[in-house]
Amino acid sequence: MLHEPVPNLQKFVEPDRVHRLVYTDPDIFEREIENIFEKIWVYCGHESQVKKPGDYATMTIGRQPMIMVRGKDMQVRVLYNRCPHRGVQLCGNLKGNTGSTFVCSYHSWSFHLDGKVESIPLAKGYEGTRMTRDDPEFSMKPAARVDSYRGFVFASLSPTGPSLPEFLGEARIAFDDMCDRSPEGEVEVVPVCHRVIQHSNWKFFMENQLDSLHPSVTHQSTGVAATRIEKQIKASGGAAPLYYHYLSTFSSSFEQWDSVQTINFPRGHGVLKAYMGLRPQDPDTKAYEKLMEKAYGKEKMEEFLSRSIHHVLVYPYLSVQSPLQQLRVLRPIAPNKTLSEIWHFRLKGAPEAIYRRSLWYYNLVNSPATMINADDLENWTKGQWGLESTGSDWVSFHRNCGGDTIENGVSYSNKGTSEVVMRSQFKAWSDYMKGA
Amino acid sequence: MVTRKAAAKSSAKPAAQGGKSTLSRALKGSVEIFGATGKRKTGAQAIAPDHSPRAKPAAAPVARVTPAKAVAAGGDTLARAAQFLYAQSEMLDRQQWQAYIDLFTDDGVYWMPALPEQTEWQGSPSIFAEDKLMMAVRMGRITHPNAWSQSPMWATNHVIGNISIESETTRQVVVRSRFHMMELRRDNVRHFGGAYRHTLVKAGKGFKIKLQRVDLFNGQAPFDYVLQIWV
Repeated sequence: MLHEPVPNLQKFVEPDRVHRLVYTDPDIFEREIENIFEKIWVYCGHESQVKKPGDYATMTIGRQPMIMVRGKDMQVRVLYNRCPHRGVQLCGNLKGNTGSTFVCSYHSWSFHLDGKVESIPLAKGYEGTRMTRDDPEFSMKPAARVDSYRGFVFASLSPTGPSLPEFLGEARIAFDDMCDRSPEGEVEVVPVCHRVIQHSNWKFFMENQLDSLHPSVTHQSTGVAATRIEKQIKASGGAAPLYYHYLSTFSSSFEQWDSVQTINFPRGHGVLKAYMGLRPQDPDTKAYEKLMEKAYGKEKMEEFLSRSIHHVLVYPYLSVQSPLQQLRVLRPIAPNKTLSEIWHFRLKGAPEAIYRRSLWYYNLVNSPATMINADDLENWTKGQWGLESTGSDWVSFHRNCGGDTIENGVSYSNKGTSEVVMRSQFKAWSDYMKGA
Repeated sequence: MVTRKAAAKSSAKPAAQGGKSTLSRALKGSVEIFGATGKRKTGAQAIAPDHSPRAKPAAAPVARVTPAKAVAAGGDTLARAAQFLYAQSEMLDRQQWQAYIDLFTDDGVYWMPALPEQTEWQGSPSIFAEDKLMMAVRMGRITHPNAWSQSPMWATNHVIGNISIESETTRQVVVRSRFHMMELRRDNVRHFGGAYRHTLVKAGKGFKIKLQRVDLFNGQAPFDYVLQIWV
């Protein structure tokens, strides 16, 4: 897309407020795609999605259609989903096995699993032309960089920039926390991906994830309804399963939410600390703790299972609920349109009951029949419309501005509802958009 | 369950003050918060009355002429099952949620699997996996005055067909059918389709639902917004 650069982008972001256009303007969105999404490390998928040679999964990085594929050498690569001949996409599905080669459906050019051209029909036709097989232009283009962290595969379309560990920084804890909870130190994907379109800018989701002021308002209806049933079960002498608590917690008071801390790292990443009490002392948990203790020893087991994390954000597109082994990844489509992909994982070697406990959260909160996001999505849609209005130019992030504790570039909220989350994210956004 | 009051014991202190400033130190000290406790109003309920509680939503619009009950043709199982399915879908379209829940046995389950090959409602990633208590939560949510996502115009319209009896014993009948559902939300119409498989328990002259399995044919396509109520 050809477009004029947006002048003075910096004037849209002030320390405690931002201009509405950063959520709505098509040119700014294009700049984000170029300067952020098509440069940084983007999550492609988990290694267990492509177990055997030829297994592939497709996704987009920014505007680029990509394929994650397992090679014959068992290496996982990320390639552009595009035949170098005439540009036709080589994989037409979200996942599958392509056999020993990718074959183009248009003229049957074929490619090895590492992307190198394998055969071209009637290759003699190219004799005496400028096309030679060894020209990289005639093989599938690989992502500039591919790396993985504890089985989670990322790619960057830029040959330069921070390494994956540098990019993730302290947000690595998302994957450490998820994997450490397995007695084998690994997770495996559950091959179901729910996809939900958000009619809002991607920033709404990212801000909302660590916004502790919204749950008791937005999710009041579900919180109150679940509390009623939870009480009803208890009143009749039963023990309400933990999954009622997943929902009833949302109706906690403002004061309670204010007590939940956020930790905001450089590059916009962050953690919302735990508030759901996910470590009950029932027989299933105790059996699981025994396995964990056997695998890691008591001290490590305690460290792993008592981490205070509700979810970890990898800015600007990933929300990882590590204690429940689920994640949501954003694929921005337009200023007002964002695709979210919702995945969950099994802890290798953990009892089935522990999986099922997490699964309830996936089904009740993260499924396409969610009783929680139904109201978030409504807010974000209305938020997007509101910011398309010229009623005012500014979006306020003043809450507790100046009241956070900042140490070594990390901001700790002293009030859970501090809008330090958004301030931190926009600092990162500004740095990216400056090309820093 | 322990009910430590979250607000009283705030963990929101600066995580690291000099010395070893490590993330693992910062991640110590969960707060557990407990939702609505006692009679105290919570969240938006606690704020000014111009916000909440809102007026209860008006009752669902009901057609002026209620169609007369169709008579089961010959009283055979297929005809009775068909009437049962039609009545159930009418309850959805007329937003008679409690009557809908009452169609289920006490241990009845409404299940919409994520994938057609799934066979167990428990332990499977699902779109819906609800027993009667969880259905009561969903009804409670949707009828709450502050169910924000319910404020735009919203209605559904089901059509059921291709009804056939898969099996019948003295105690239960398994019925298969197909459905189309159109949903109006705000100014847009969405279209869903799929298959029902009702495991019905015979109860007097009627039926109760032991398991309703709903395979949405577009359940793995991206959802443009989400589903708020049973399909």
